[in-house]
This record gives sequence, structure tokens and C-alpha cells, in this order.
Amino acid sequence: MAKLTLSDLRKLRDEKQKAMEKRDPSNKDAQIIVGMGTCGIAAGAKETFNAIIEELDAKGITHVLVRQTGCMGLCHSEPTVEVVVPNMPVVIYGNVDAATGKKIVNDHIVNKKLIDKHICDKPAMDIVR
Amino acid sequence: MHASVCDTLSDLAQNSIEAGASRVELDVYTGPDRIEVRVADNGKGMDVDTLAKAVEPFYSEAGKHDRRRVGLGLPLLYQTAEAVNGTVEIQSEPGKGTTVRFTFDAKHVDTPPLGDLAVTILGLMTFRGSYDLILTRKTPSDSYTISRKGLVEALGNLEEAVNLILAKDYLQSQEACLTDA
Repeated sequence: MAKLTLSDLRKLRDEKQKAMEKRDPSNKDAQIIVGMGTCGIAAGAKETFNAIIEELDAKGITHVLVRQTGCMGLCHSEPTVEVVVPNMPVVIYGNVDAATGKKIVNDHIVNKKLIDKHICDKPAMDIVR
Repeated sequence: MHASVCDTLSDLAQNSIEAGASRVELDVYTGPDRIEVRVADNGKGMDVDTLAKAVEPFYSEAGKHDRRRVGLGLPLLYQTAEAVNGTVEIQSEPGKGTTVRFTFDAKHVDTPPLGDLAVTILGLMTFRGSYDLILTRKTPSDSYTISRKGLVEALGNLEEAVNLILAKDYLQSQEACLTDA
């Protein structure tokens, strides 16, 4: 692998940007938020995060923002992932390994279908507030 | 203990970001005999009493998460250091920030592997906020430095998957070209 410079990165970004504008002009209206507290880290949240961004990129999905946050208060179900899509309930999924992370992209984001067996209860009260 | 040095690094740096730091410095050195990590922030810092409690299991500052307290980040670090002939040093001052330094014996059989540094750093760059995060990576004969602000400037943001993949490629290329890694 050749060592990339920030200048290379700008060029690559411009090329991708042009391709994306042709393909999908929609706004960034959905969010995927990965919990990365001590509990999430220990349970493999980084692999989940990596799988999600790779799947979004592979599928050419450009309307989703990906972020990380701290503990969501569901340490027993880590890794946890919150998904926000317009006209769908805000959902926190639990036990999201890399394969489930990809499934979230394909089922929830693309097909607008919830993944029932990974849905968790509401998050800790300070997050709800 | 955490499964990799990068997991410990994530834990400490996340503490810094949640402590309101606008600048987080990460120094990661790997050599034949030792692994050395420094996490320094200009966040809210801790007084002597809070610091003494922070190294105990299940202590977490009340304001951090209202009803959830895990508080295992620093205790796990101490546990690992103790197991692998390592050291931990913490300096903190209220209002000025916190610096955590730790070393692990690279040859100890129980020393965790470094882990995926590129994905770790990428993850640490995707929390909300305008903080800068600067990684200085060193080996005995090579080094590189990257910053969150530099990547944001080059890519526009670090929230879109396409930018995150490009940032990951960039980070991986820095690590792949590092000699003695």
C-alpha cells in the first residue's frame, strides 16, 4: 500500500464527490450511532463500526451519517447501535456484531425493515431526556 | 483486561473527549522491548480525591452519565499493566486536563497485541464536537503524525461513510508504511 498524503486524500474525495452527486443527490437524513463506552469497546464495537461503514460504502449509500457515542446504558447488550431514519421509529439495536451491522444497513436503511430480534428497550434515562 | 492496546487507547481517549477536551494528544510507540502510550487532554481534569477514586473499579464521575456508571477504564488499565510488568502514571489538574502514560513489556506473554490502530483512531475521530485529536505514532526508526482537523479539512467531514472509508485508507497507509511496526 502506497503512503497517502492529505493532498491525495483531497483528490480522492473530489472524485468520489462527483460520482456521488451523479448517483444520489438526496440529503443526509439518516444516522447510525455506535456506542463506544468501555463496554462497547470490550464487546467489539470497533469491528461493528468498521463493518457498517464498509457496507454503506459498498452499497453506495450516501444519505447516512455515522457517528460514535459513549455508553448507551445497555452494557448487557453491547455492541449497541442507534439508528435514526425519517418516518421510522428511533431504534437501538443490541448485540450488533459485524454481520448484524451489515444487516442494519441492508434491512433497516435500505429496505426500511426493523430487525426484530436485535431491538433493545429504550436507552438509559439521561439519554432519553 | 482489554483484548488489545488499541481498546485501552479507545477507552482513555473517549474519557478525554467526554471530559470536554478541545485537544487530545495520543502518542503510541511500539518497540522490540516495550509498548508506550500517552493520552493527554486539556479537558476538565480531576482533583487528587477524584483521581484516587477513578482508579477504583466502578467509580465514574456523577456528571458524566446521570444514571449509568461503569467505571472500569482505568482499573482495566492497571490490571493489564500489573499483569505484564507495565507501568501507569496519571497526572491531572482540575481545569487543565489529564495525562495518562502507560507502558507494557512487549515481550511478556500476556501483553495484548496492538490491535487495529487505523480503525481505532478513525472511531475516536467520529464523536460529535469540534475537538482536535492528534496521533503521533513512533517506532524505533520511523514516525508519522495525523490530526482530526487535518482530515476534516481534506475531506469536509468525518461523518459520511465515503469520507470515513477514505480516512481509513489514509490511516492504514500511514501504518502500513511505518518501518519496524
